[in-house]
Amino acid sequence: MEKFQKLQGIAAPMPLVNIDTDMIIPKVFLKSIQRTGFGKNLFDEMRYNRDGTEIEDFVLNKPQYRDAEILIAGDNFGCGSSREHAPWAIADFGIKCIVSTSFADIFFNNSFKNGILPIVLPQEQVNILMADAEKGANARMTVDLETQEITTSDGEVIPFEVDAFKKHCLLNGLDDIGLTMEKADSIKAFEAKAAQERPWV
Amino acid sequence: MSPKTLYDKIWDAHVAHEAEDGTSLLYIDRHLVHEVTSPQAFEGLRMTGRKVHAPDKTIAVPDHNVPTTLDRADPATMTKESRIQVEALDKNAREFGVHYYPVSDVRQGIVHIVGPENGWTLPGMTVVCGDSHTATHGAFGALAHGIGTSEVEHVLATQTLIQKKSKNMKVEVTGKLRPGVTPKDVTLAIIGETGTGGGTGYVIEYCGEVFRDMSMEGRMTVCNMAIEGGARAGLVAPDETTFEYVKGRTHAPKGAQWEAALNWWKTLFTDEGAHFDKVVTIRGEDIEPVVTWGTSPEDVLPITGVVPAPEDFEGGKVEAARRSLDYMGLTPGQKLTDIEIDTVFIGSCTNGRIEDMRAVADVVKGKKIKDGMRAMIVPGSGLVRAQAEEEGLAAIFEEAGFEWRLAGCSMCLAMNPDQLSEGERCAATSNRNFEGRQGYKGRTHLVSPAMAAAAALTGKLTDVRELI
Repeated sequence: MEKFQKLQGIAAPMPLVNIDTDMIIPKVFLKSIQRTGFGKNLFDEMRYNRDGTEIEDFVLNKPQYRDAEILIAGDNFGCGSSREHAPWAIADFGIKCIVSTSFADIFFNNSFKNGILPIVLPQEQVNILMADAEKGANARMTVDLETQEITTSDGEVIPFEVDAFKKHCLLNGLDDIGLTMEKADSIKAFEAKAAQERPWV
Repeated sequence: MSPKTLYDKIWDAHVAHEAEDGTSLLYIDRHLVHEVTSPQAFEGLRMTGRKVHAPDKTIAVPDHNVPTTLDRADPATMTKESRIQVEALDKNAREFGVHYYPVSDVRQGIVHIVGPENGWTLPGMTVVCGDSHTATHGAFGALAHGIGTSEVEHVLATQTLIQKKSKNMKVEVTGKLRPGVTPKDVTLAIIGETGTGGGTGYVIEYCGEVFRDMSMEGRMTVCNMAIEGGARAGLVAPDETTFEYVKGRTHAPKGAQWEAALNWWKTLFTDEGAHFDKVVTIRGEDIEPVVTWGTSPEDVLPITGVVPAPEDFEGGKVEAARRSLDYMGLTPGQKLTDIEIDTVFIGSCTNGRIEDMRAVADVVKGKKIKDGMRAMIVPGSGLVRAQAEEEGLAAIFEEAGFEWRLAGCSMCLAMNPDQLSEGERCAATSNRNFEGRQGYKGRTHLVSPAMAAAAALTGKLTDVRELI
């Protein structure tokens, strides 16, 4: 997995609440058996007309946001299905950090597995970042995972919380499966005990 | 010992390792697998030379892409991309040696219907699947939730999941339901109350007389939509209804093991005085048959209501409601019962079980669907289909003018040939009314099977209580 340490980039504002996984990547694009190549269809139905031309006023089609690496989003971002194609599409587009007042549980977990940092902040602070993002390409924010701080283009510093284990994995680009396999003895011991206690499983 | 919730008990019984910060390795008893969210996970195993840790606890079935028309044995009924996914599952299931129900097997169906039906899902288990509607299995008092593909790979390789414990939430529905009010109305009414983010960070336990009185099919409908309320999982404590449902199923324990299992299952309830971090209480008598008007499952109103205006909401929801109304082609103030429907879809992991089929038959028996209506009934599994035929329900459906299909996810998410066309309006018994969910620019109103049946007869969203 790609490491996430410090990011300085353009933030795109998407204030709509309840942006769901079908909006992020419509199901017609779930048929690939690869993990890559979904970025061109990120937000497909909001981003393109039926004939494939771009919808001009969609935020990521505006010249100042085409290279956005951060999304400032409305509440409950990523609700809906468990499809990891959603964070795959976001990562493939080049977005590495999303800020919202809340995220859907499965999407939140999936993001960390793909080098994306989802940050939860109170409404007032999301409002500040949203306003900063509205300024366009000249307003570049800095997200520092090590220090757990976002710095706006005006130099305002906003601290954020992140789970210590998830932070560790993201900073170092660690593979979960490898980490868990180091605990194989615990798993084996659990299985032996469970076979005694619940043999019907 | 301090009193525990049902969730606490199941969690504690499955922790294989716990770090100081509470990050735990949760052991997984059943891993269900379908063709859309698994190919990259199996590919990951292949690339790293890893095996499936517990193939005996892994059950695979194709459902999302599978056509539901009677001619589906013909490969031409599937697009090339769909075929590749289904063939990948065929290959992966055989190569890694997991339990498998191919399309040609009568037991094939939607993964969340197949699991319980064959006795794979049992009380007190941990159940995961790369699918958010895994919450369904919570109806058995099993801790069940959806995971992403990276986690699918993690479970395949280690039979565990890295988890932190969620908070406990109690949703209590007291008293009795009124006639015409079904489990689907209950679960939608709860989401209407809590919002789609209301359960985020929680595992819900559904408590109260309404759930005690409910069948297993009904409980599965309720738990299925726990995820639409944002919860990681939904639970109903197992009781005699649960044990009765499980007993005798193919993979359920037998003989002495059954007795041992039963003894443990009977301890799976929330202790008196256990702590819930959040409690929501609804009176069963206050729930009416409901319908969604917008593009989020929280956009719920009683069928007797009118389409709301964006100004009725606050904050970010104002803009979301405006967008929904535009997408749905509705006008504030319009009566919900005046909304005309083009299509009726009955099926899905929410409402594709035998009881749902019976509910539809009760409404449509001896009647005809409205002229020009496209109406399909898609059983959740081959076994549901067979039972419905045996009970004479299929004949009632066909007589009334419904298409009677083979099992699959069908128009719930339209990854297969069953889709809405642009602007088409559908009364659906499925679980999501998101933009584009049932087809590009398709419009979805979520309802119960009985309400869907009523809409098929009248051509409009209809209060089923007027027909029974």
